[in-house]
Amino acid sequence: MGLEVSKPWQQALDKIRTWARVNSPWAIHFNSGSCNGCDIEILATLTPRYDVERFGIKLQGSPRHADVLICTGPVSLQAKDRLLRIYWQMPEPKFVIAVGSCGLSGGVFHGCYNIVKGIDEVLPVDVFVPGCPPRPEAIIYGVAVLLEALKSGKRPERTMTVELPAGFEKPQAEVRQ
Amino acid sequence: MSFEPLGENRFIVPIGPQHPALKEPGHFEFVVDGEIVTGASVRLGYVHRGIEKGAEDRTWIQNLYLMERICGICSHIHATAFVQGVEKLAGVEAPPRARAIREVFAELERIHSHMLWLGVAAHEGGFDALFMYSWRDREVVMDMLEMLSGNRVHYSANLIGGVKYDLNPEMMDKIRDGLNYLEERLAHYLDVVNHDETFIGRTRGIGTMTREQAQLLGAVGPTARASNFAFDVRVDAPYAAYAEFPVEMVVAQEGDLHARFVVRILETMESIRVLRRIFDNLPESELVTRVPRRIPAGETISRVEAPRGELFYFIASSGGEKPERVKVRTPSLCNWGTVITLAVGHKLADMPMILAGIDPCFSCNDRLVMVKRNHQDPQVWTWADLRNYGIEYYR
Repeated sequence: MGLEVSKPWQQALDKIRTWARVNSPWAIHFNSGSCNGCDIEILATLTPRYDVERFGIKLQGSPRHADVLICTGPVSLQAKDRLLRIYWQMPEPKFVIAVGSCGLSGGVFHGCYNIVKGIDEVLPVDVFVPGCPPRPEAIIYGVAVLLEALKSGKRPERTMTVELPAGFEKPQAEVRQ
Repeated sequence: MSFEPLGENRFIVPIGPQHPALKEPGHFEFVVDGEIVTGASVRLGYVHRGIEKGAEDRTWIQNLYLMERICGICSHIHATAFVQGVEKLAGVEAPPRARAIREVFAELERIHSHMLWLGVAAHEGGFDALFMYSWRDREVVMDMLEMLSGNRVHYSANLIGGVKYDLNPEMMDKIRDGLNYLEERLAHYLDVVNHDETFIGRTRGIGTMTREQAQLLGAVGPTARASNFAFDVRVDAPYAAYAEFPVEMVVAQEGDLHARFVVRILETMESIRVLRRIFDNLPESELVTRVPRRIPAGETISRVEAPRGELFYFIASSGGEKPERVKVRTPSLCNWGTVITLAVGHKLADMPMILAGIDPCFSCNDRLVMVKRNHQDPQVWTWADLRNYGIEYYR
């Protein structure tokens, strides 16, 4: 990227990529120490009343197939390593949605000894969904905001350096034109 | 939990902590011989947040909201256990209407929790249609809870000395309509569970636990009641308004997974029956009694029946604005022992359903931080090691 001038075929390819990404984002869900409240609401978004599959959003089991990491909880020190590991296992480009008050700031657990206080301390977060727990509508709106930003290409560049979990080798830089 | 040293000729299937089956992190290791599981262990602690310690730093009122957030599925019952303990210490009793409303919330929560479990457990067995149906119907209960409290998950209905929300006749009529619909649906699910051939094939005779085993392993709640171990705090030691509006205990004989499905569905129907009785005879009184800001010094225990089993609180006060100590013993933790024992001898493929069969909830049972050491195999931690670690730590 940067100052390079991309060729027309690359621009076309990028357009197709964005189109595919926006129309069917695959999500992975990780609970980094939340109370379950946000997690049942995330699950509720998949079930008939809210049904996010109509937007092409699919909950995916493996981080290696996922585009979006939907993360809840205040990041307990035990789960931090796992969270980082999942993040590094996801292919580029990857997006993070932090769901719930405790994912934003530690919430009600602020000051407890075993938490990092929020996902944005560990990962670069694209969308914050506040609420304890947020309603399924709010979670869907959060995803929609992310997709909108991707479509218009207005997603801010991430500058945060993400720490490597212990015993994890940095994946080879992925080929991007 | 038990970590056995790795031996020769054994194949270990590690599962978790991020895995598609459950929505919460937990790490399992199954030792398999071919398809058959010969040993199992569980590693908890990913959701340990330090709530018990955090409780010592918050006032009684603040703790009410912290305790509610121990678990998002059974949030009301955690708060109920806490306020009942505090009320006991303060020497006050909630008014009769408040106690009845607590029971209303507790039973609605039980319906929501059991329907959630029915869906998740069916999903583990590959019955995704049942998962979708039961979650669709669960939205009816969520609507009721939202109508009563304004929130879908953390209702915050309790106050020390009473409840916040009142019921009016229109609300009760709406809830009655919803309950009629739910009862119909639950009867259908019971029919599916009892008569669907594939379902019976996956559940009958799987993970059978005898009454003796249940007693020995300390099982609680529907898991124990499915093994003919009749124990329900609502019946044995009535709290809230359970003395005026009693529930009937649902017990099954078989002790297998199928019995656990049947017990939970019947319990949900029993909750609906009790809710109707409460709505017909809701006592009239104020909602809150006055409680001093400083709770007198003392210690107390408080027991309630959460959707997953007996929930136990120990609360100590030193007479200040904050508790001295709050100890929580949650039902999921009691039931883990049964999974580890029942897993042995079953096929690896049965594991998700056996795991889901106890309705595990990690957020309420993660209370141990295990420190990984680099110089040794972190899986092996003998009692002597632990003792030495403790001595070194406090040196």
